[in-house]
Amino acid sequence: MATQTITNKETSTKVTETISGSEAIVRCLIEEGTEIIYGYPGGAIMPVYDELFKYQDKIHHVLSRHEQGATHSAQGYARISGKVGVAIATSGPGATNLITGIADAQIDSTPMVCITGQVFSHLLGSDAFQETDIVGISTPVTKWNCQVTKAEDIPAVMAKAFFIARSGRPGPVLVDVTKDAQLEKLDFSYEKCTKVRSYNPIPKTDIASLEAAAKLINSAQKPLIVWGQGVILSQAEEVFKAVIEKSGIPAAWTILGASAVPTSHPLNVGMVGMHGNYAPNKLTNECDVLIAIGMRFDDRVTGTLSTYAKQAKVIHFEIDPAEIDKNVKTDVAVLGDAKASLELLLPLLNENTHSDWCQKFTDLYAIEYDKVIKHDLYPSTEGIRMAEVLKEINIQSKGNAAIVTDVGQHQMIACRYAEFNKTKSNITSGGLGTMGFGLPAAIGAKMAAPEREVVSISGDGGYQMTIQELGTIFQQKAAVKVVVLNNDFLGMVRQWQELFFDRRYASTEMINPNFVAIAEGYYIKAKKVTKREELADAVAEMMASKEAYFLEVCVEKEGNVFPMIPTGASVSDIRLE
Amino acid sequence: MSSEKKLYTVSIYSENNIGLLNRISAIFQRRHINIESLNISPSEIEGVSKFIFVVNMTEDNVKKIIGQIEKQVEVIKAYYHDLDEIIYQISGLFKIKSELLFEEPQIQNIIKESYARIVTVNKDFFVLEKSGRKEEVVALYDKLSAFGIMQYTRSGLISVTKEEMKISTLLETYNN
Repeated sequence: MATQTITNKETSTKVTETISGSEAIVRCLIEEGTEIIYGYPGGAIMPVYDELFKYQDKIHHVLSRHEQGATHSAQGYARISGKVGVAIATSGPGATNLITGIADAQIDSTPMVCITGQVFSHLLGSDAFQETDIVGISTPVTKWNCQVTKAEDIPAVMAKAFFIARSGRPGPVLVDVTKDAQLEKLDFSYEKCTKVRSYNPIPKTDIASLEAAAKLINSAQKPLIVWGQGVILSQAEEVFKAVIEKSGIPAAWTILGASAVPTSHPLNVGMVGMHGNYAPNKLTNECDVLIAIGMRFDDRVTGTLSTYAKQAKVIHFEIDPAEIDKNVKTDVAVLGDAKASLELLLPLLNENTHSDWCQKFTDLYAIEYDKVIKHDLYPSTEGIRMAEVLKEINIQSKGNAAIVTDVGQHQMIACRYAEFNKTKSNITSGGLGTMGFGLPAAIGAKMAAPEREVVSISGDGGYQMTIQELGTIFQQKAAVKVVVLNNDFLGMVRQWQELFFDRRYASTEMINPNFVAIAEGYYIKAKKVTKREELADAVAEMMASKEAYFLEVCVEKEGNVFPMIPTGASVSDIRLE
Repeated sequence: MSSEKKLYTVSIYSENNIGLLNRISAIFQRRHINIESLNISPSEIEGVSKFIFVVNMTEDNVKKIIGQIEKQVEVIKAYYHDLDEIIYQISGLFKIKSELLFEEPQIQNIIKESYARIVTVNKDFFVLEKSGRKEEVVALYDKLSAFGIMQYTRSGLISVTKEEMKISTLLETYNN
């Protein structure tokens, strides 16, 4: 051993040892508690893979079938566990294939560390084989990124990467390591990062604004809460429930906030946004105080801003100061971590029931039930509707499954009709709307939480964007339940073509392969359902399976998702048909 | 009022790291905002860099930009100011044929009246430097261009604020 020094920091009394940069990367991952990583090897990252081979009893590497799949799996892992997901790839195309997942994690605030190999540092900028400027390319879609060209920098950069990815508003971080930095030796010791001087992850909660918020809430006659993923990310579910129960305020969720409060909770009034529930959308424009918690007023939530909740005083609980007044002007902004802020808010709130106001939600739900829900769940038409599949999954899972969706009609239907009893049960691509997210994300979710039932639900379009990850399911023996709701269309685009483009179905019809044969090609048990009377048994069989299972359900070809707020319309102009 | 576009400086105190300029300029690019001028230099605090962007924007949008810049990990603090709130200067360099100095006697008057400084003279060309407000440098350009300018370059705007900027205090609170 070349050197043996003892650092004198109290937190780290470890003896340093001389190891390679690539071994240091793996040791850093172990130090950060990483047990599973997702990736794909290649030239510029081979030294790290060589170390992963040696450390395979400590870190399980999952070979995806495409680097995009690796990022979505890492995201699924992070979303269900709250831990940092890790994806690893080689330089050039390996690195660029990560970008979709990184962008998805950025907009959905998912903690993820991506490690990419890079060409030798003396070749940087020379158009070397498989060289790409991944730091430049990933800059706009990462929370932070960094290129390492010296082995000695690896421990500090990795520690910083994990700290930044998981702290404050979480997000993706990319560390690009040149091959010479992987091969070089360094004196390794690891110290976790706890602060970065230019970075303030959790802004201080201002007590005066908290008191102002409490005063507004207590004097409100028709308050409405809209919560987002911030409640889940800060693990505020319990105190959030206490807040709504004490104040008696009806609470609606954004797509990423789903499952933080059980679906059956009487104050859970459903989803807001384009395909959300009728009552919370309609009454957004009637409430007197709108309390936004850990959400960011996405345009799919607000509809046109000029008519969004104009009558209401707006209170915004938010960890990211850049979100305040970005889309909706707030009257009171409470910066800070949602859990910490809500714990301070709870004792300041008056007990209330708002029974007349809550009754309005019940009345509007009855209208939605009559016009939409009844026909979705108990249709009189011949074709199977997507919601019927969710109904059967709810029955079999008793609302305890984690539902992982892709993007499109099936996603909206799943969010509308899935029953959620447990938090972190709705894993979906909300902000970026990434088709192909679902299947690989479900693999990550199942591996992070093997005790949970994980059901991947996709449409026939998105499923085929990452269908190769069936190979990962097979190789890893990941017991994911894979459901494809097949309407032989890119359904959501077709719906828009029907409604806004005079039914000109440009490139939305899909001539599909034999999905059952493909699943069986990967040795996954598979079944196809075309008739309603087969559905309940098929879902029961799938859910009872101890192994992975593929279920294709042929649904109504031209079914539409309602309610719907057309683009450019106000939330209160939500259409039921 | 705040929906009217005008010139603002966006001053950013940051770590001195590779790639940060790219990260910050991408924020302007995303909103389709042209950068009128840019200067990067050390600041009053050792190891802390200062960016000064000049942009033509509405106050509403410049506020949003500030939020998005400040949330970058390596940015310590960002501010925006309109031109009344700052003391600012730019600098211009003019390379002109030396023979004009003798053939066109007005040039000597222009130099004197504009308080421009002659940086160097040789038999082929001379170089003038003029610092001041942008309008002053542009006015000198307009006067000289009639005679032919071999090369002309203008620097980015640099500024200090009339009000105090408490960056050191802020850094201390981050560190504690």
